[in-house]
Amino acid sequence: MELILEGVFTAFRLVFSGDADVWAITRLSLTVSGAATLIALILGIPLGIALAMTRFPGRAIVVALVNTGMGLPPVVVGLFISILLWRSGPLGFLNLIYTPAAMVIAQVVIAFPIVAGLTMAAFQTLNPKLRLQLLGIGASRPQLLWLLCKEAQLPLLAAVMAGFGGVISEVGSVLMVGGNIKGQTRVLTTATVLETSMGNFGIAIALGVILLTLAFGVNFILTRIQQREQIRWPRPS
Amino acid sequence: MPGPTLRTLVLVASALVLGMPLSTWVAEPANRIIVLATGHTLRDSGLLDVLIPLFEKKTGYVVRPIAVGTGQALAMGKRGDADVLLTHDPEAEAPLVKEGYLINRRQFMHNDFIIVGPAQDPARIARTKSAATAFRQIAEAKVTFVSRGDDSGTHKREQALWNAAGLSPTRPWYVEAGQGMGATLGIASQKQAYTLTDRATFLNLQKTLALKILLEGDPALLNLYSVMEVNPAKHPKANHAGARAFSDFLISDEARGLIRDYGKDRFGQPLYFLGPVK
Repeated sequence: MELILEGVFTAFRLVFSGDADVWAITRLSLTVSGAATLIALILGIPLGIALAMTRFPGRAIVVALVNTGMGLPPVVVGLFISILLWRSGPLGFLNLIYTPAAMVIAQVVIAFPIVAGLTMAAFQTLNPKLRLQLLGIGASRPQLLWLLCKEAQLPLLAAVMAGFGGVISEVGSVLMVGGNIKGQTRVLTTATVLETSMGNFGIAIALGVILLTLAFGVNFILTRIQQREQIRWPRPS
Repeated sequence: MPGPTLRTLVLVASALVLGMPLSTWVAEPANRIIVLATGHTLRDSGLLDVLIPLFEKKTGYVVRPIAVGTGQALAMGKRGDADVLLTHDPEAEAPLVKEGYLINRRQFMHNDFIIVGPAQDPARIARTKSAATAFRQIAEAKVTFVSRGDDSGTHKREQALWNAAGLSPTRPWYVEAGQGMGATLGIASQKQAYTLTDRATFLNLQKTLALKILLEGDPALLNLYSVMEVNPAKHPKANHAGARAFSDFLISDEARGLIRDYGKDRFGQPLYFLGPVK
């Protein structure tokens, strides 16, 4: 119990004293996971829309793959990305292993199926007649997509939250492809593992508290947006 | 667009990504980076955090220390995925040097392994002076022993000691953690079990552990650290100039001074000793 209190106090001390190491680690966590989520959205939303709105041979397989990918174990992703990026691997010439860029790549692989799967689900819940109506009033194809996206924006925000939440909190892949190098690739999760194994439980708990606060903050903002745009049900009179 | 808040959010996120120094994203030129593969113990003891910044400042190289355990570090060296190795398993190092994967092996420092366990010492190993005898007594008493179980230098030494004792340990009293030294010590402490550890990690964690040093000083517990360079003839992509610079730095007077004094202020005794023997 004392340990938890000590950790919480340490968290406050580290955050408010502006400890340079902790800030750098926090910033890198946000940047890597933010960039990964952004790229996952750019790739995942179009795929999700395509899967929801088109029929093609082999679609069932792709959908099953995306759904499996939503639960991709980060360590497996880490292992494969490592093997690809190692100097002895097929992409070794890129010199990306043990860099933040490698961590972004791994996290994109983790977040992309989550975003694609939830986007697909969001579009499938739209009323199919809406599409016909929009086409009927003369919407062009890009206009149609744009309007449907607007219609599905609340579930799409859920996709953003799930994607970001999935990658900011994962440790398996960033540890393997980033190497947890101090000042270069150390993020909140890998630093927590390290400090725990070094017996610095206070600092480990502090890092955990910062991670939780971050995840909460981002989700709080997104939830506010989501709920504000929510349809207001009329009160029963 | 779905509201101004989301737009702000996207702006903030983009600023965060773009605001990182470009160097975060662009890979450094390969000849300035040195990939250092090492066992967990050197990083966990904090010694690398003292040595590497000084080396980087003096030479302009950027070191990427990857702490993976000696077995895996040697495998990285053999594959050419590292430039320079810091390991502590002479028996596993020698064949790789002989086959020409690794060159210029220098045993630049040492410390020792110790056997730690609960203060009550149920297997009565504190009375013995030999690690092999102690292991035999633990096996006879069937008191829980936590092994690293991760192919690290410490794990290899533990296996060699079981061999010397003429035993192959078995479950349920023999437990494999599969983790680094810190985590393994934590498990041993919680289970009130015995384990083999390097002295540096134990001293670092002692305040969080309910374990005591029960056996030390057996010559079979000597822990020898080597620095080796990946052979550029086998792996032309390896940064050999950088590897040599780092390995030469470790035996420079400046680094030797840091190694010799490391830990004296916190533990009242050094964690490492220079050279191959006491």
